[in-house]
Amino acid sequence: MRLETRRLLDRAFSGTGVIAIGVMALALVVILTPIMIRGAGAFVFRATIEHQKVMSDQWGRGNPKRLEAAEAEAAAARRPVYDMLAAFDAELDEMPRADRRPYKAPLRELEKELAGLLGPAPGQRTPVLIRQQYGATRWDRAQVKLGEVLFTEEWDYSNPDALGVLVKTPRVEQFRGTRLEPLFSYLEEHVEDILRPHWTFYWQFLFDTSKDSHIFGGIGPEVLGTIYLTLGAMIFAIPMGVIAAIYLCEYARGGRVISFLRICISTLAGVPSIVFGLFGLAFFLNTIHVSDSKSVLAGSLTLSLLILPTVIRASEEAILAVPKTYKEAALSLGAGRWHTVLSVILPAALPGILTGTVISMGRAAGETAPIIFTAAVSVGRPLLPHQIFSQPTPALPWNIYNLCTEHEAVDEIRHVQYGMVFTLVAVVLLLNLFAIVMRARISKKLRG
Amino acid sequence: MSENIKMKPATRFAQTGDMKDYAALPAHVNAENFSVFYGNFEAVKNVSCGFSQGLVTAMIGPSGCGKSTLLRAINRMNDLIPSCRAGGEMVFDGENIYRRDIDVVSLRMRVGMVFQKPNVFPKSIYDNIAYGPRLQGIQSRSRLDEIVESSLRQAAIWDEVKDRLSANALGMSGGQQQRLCLARALAVKPEILLMDEPTSALDPKATAKIEDLIGELRGQYTIIIVTHNMQQAARVSDCTAFMYEGTLVEFGTTRQIFTRPSKKQTEDYITGRFG
Repeated sequence: MRLETRRLLDRAFSGTGVIAIGVMALALVVILTPIMIRGAGAFVFRATIEHQKVMSDQWGRGNPKRLEAAEAEAAAARRPVYDMLAAFDAELDEMPRADRRPYKAPLRELEKELAGLLGPAPGQRTPVLIRQQYGATRWDRAQVKLGEVLFTEEWDYSNPDALGVLVKTPRVEQFRGTRLEPLFSYLEEHVEDILRPHWTFYWQFLFDTSKDSHIFGGIGPEVLGTIYLTLGAMIFAIPMGVIAAIYLCEYARGGRVISFLRICISTLAGVPSIVFGLFGLAFFLNTIHVSDSKSVLAGSLTLSLLILPTVIRASEEAILAVPKTYKEAALSLGAGRWHTVLSVILPAALPGILTGTVISMGRAAGETAPIIFTAAVSVGRPLLPHQIFSQPTPALPWNIYNLCTEHEAVDEIRHVQYGMVFTLVAVVLLLNLFAIVMRARISKKLRG
Repeated sequence: MSENIKMKPATRFAQTGDMKDYAALPAHVNAENFSVFYGNFEAVKNVSCGFSQGLVTAMIGPSGCGKSTLLRAINRMNDLIPSCRAGGEMVFDGENIYRRDIDVVSLRMRVGMVFQKPNVFPKSIYDNIAYGPRLQGIQSRSRLDEIVESSLRQAAIWDEVKDRLSANALGMSGGQQQRLCLARALAVKPEILLMDEPTSALDPKATAKIEDLIGELRGQYTIIIVTHNMQQAARVSDCTAFMYEGTLVEFGTTRQIFTRPSKKQTEDYITGRFG
């Protein structure tokens, strides 16, 4: 080959490599940035006084005296709103019946929207649902709610050839000329005094239970459930996987049965996770009845099956990578086979085994399908350790899915969803970091 | 004391180099019509010879002649290769070590080995030496300390490492590592020491040290050394076996092999006409 051609090929090759890396880095940034930013919004956000009320009422947090003072100020700012409503009620009473009528439905709607923004009106009976006992707790949600108070939304389908068009009209139009007319401009101007937004770091989001299916509170049970499931899966998968790998590498004589077994293991690694989930339901729950209902135990067993092939494969690679001379040395000194494995091969293979297991641990933490039928519920309390044998648990991956598909108020709890995604990604990231650091440390120790 | 008496014929032989004295020596290991197969390939063909107690026997021959295979057959290291099997007998201490009921682990404790490349464990120097004794069930710290020190002294490396016994053995130079391997093999207190080209990965200075060590260990252990370096064989060994294509061509005292070889092939190899 001519020199120029060779150079050109070299350059083309390294260029392609750089482009590939660049694309990957870009993809990573594009994926991770929104997760980080929006996920952080679950922890750090502008909270309104309603948030403080929730914290104080439901968890007994915050300084009650200061909250009382703040509430008093907020109530003072809210008084004109309720005064105007009362005045409008009086005005309605004075009106003839026929004039009163067109205001009835709009007023009811306005009161509903106002309750969404500010919580129940003073003097009103406390609603049963916790979500109706408080106004908007987050400033970003409060602004959306304010928009809903100030504008009515209607879909215009008049053009049959096009999609419907959202038409926003100021709600004030409905109350033009009444004593309620100034309410809207007052709200718009004084919403900050009414809700008193301030920056908060709600770190307890990680540990709090959720109130009223994630409308308030945190993701404590989900985090705990994920930890239980992951650790449980590891407890089953690591010993079995490592022992299987040792057997395959050190004891099994090559043969048809063993190579068939290897093919089976590789195939198992490629089976879709939903199949594992259904298998877990059919086998662990319906056939051998490890528990009466879905349980952490059944979920852990199912997850351990899912990651077993990966653990075996990684351990096998790590064991095979141990220099054969170590084994020879140990054997020549009179070590038996299992002693050679235990004292020389396993310690030398540990970094590789560790990397493999931690990566599969990340997988176990994030898998959704295997736990749908075997372990996960959408809402639940944090489990005590002895309950894992009989009780199902909420878990991050399943609840992320659940919140964005099946929750009745998806828009209200977007931040919880992002918080969960953020936490899950962070957990997996931390696990991988841990693996890298451990690997480096052990390798360094081995190298001397 | 008893060892000294046993060694006497060996010493006498070493001084005279006489085949008559050699014949009077008890053979420690005897290959009797011994063959090794890798699958269908016969790597060692029907070899019969004896390795005498307390002497250094060198095995020479071109690459692939089966000398390493024969050496590794003596502590059954060939068992690691799945397709490998042996025929004939290898008699050690009156017993055929290829008998079915032989305990390979205790055989290997009696037949130590030093490999071509230094293969220290990625552990501390101390743990490397103590590995064998611990396997034998020695747990007492003072006893282990004693063994570690004496083994390292025997391998003439004590002074270099005594201050860093807890350091990782992989931090040592290649020559030091090989002497550590030797010390590790000695710590098990073997009767026979097999060396598979122990200096081929070392520089001349480290090689000289290992050769000196072999000279010092001579008499205490039966040493069998495979080497590519004919000068080395001439320097360190009492007896020499020349192998070619799996067969034992000639076996005799080193002096005889290197001065008056009886076979043409041996002469050709030693004078460098091939190999």
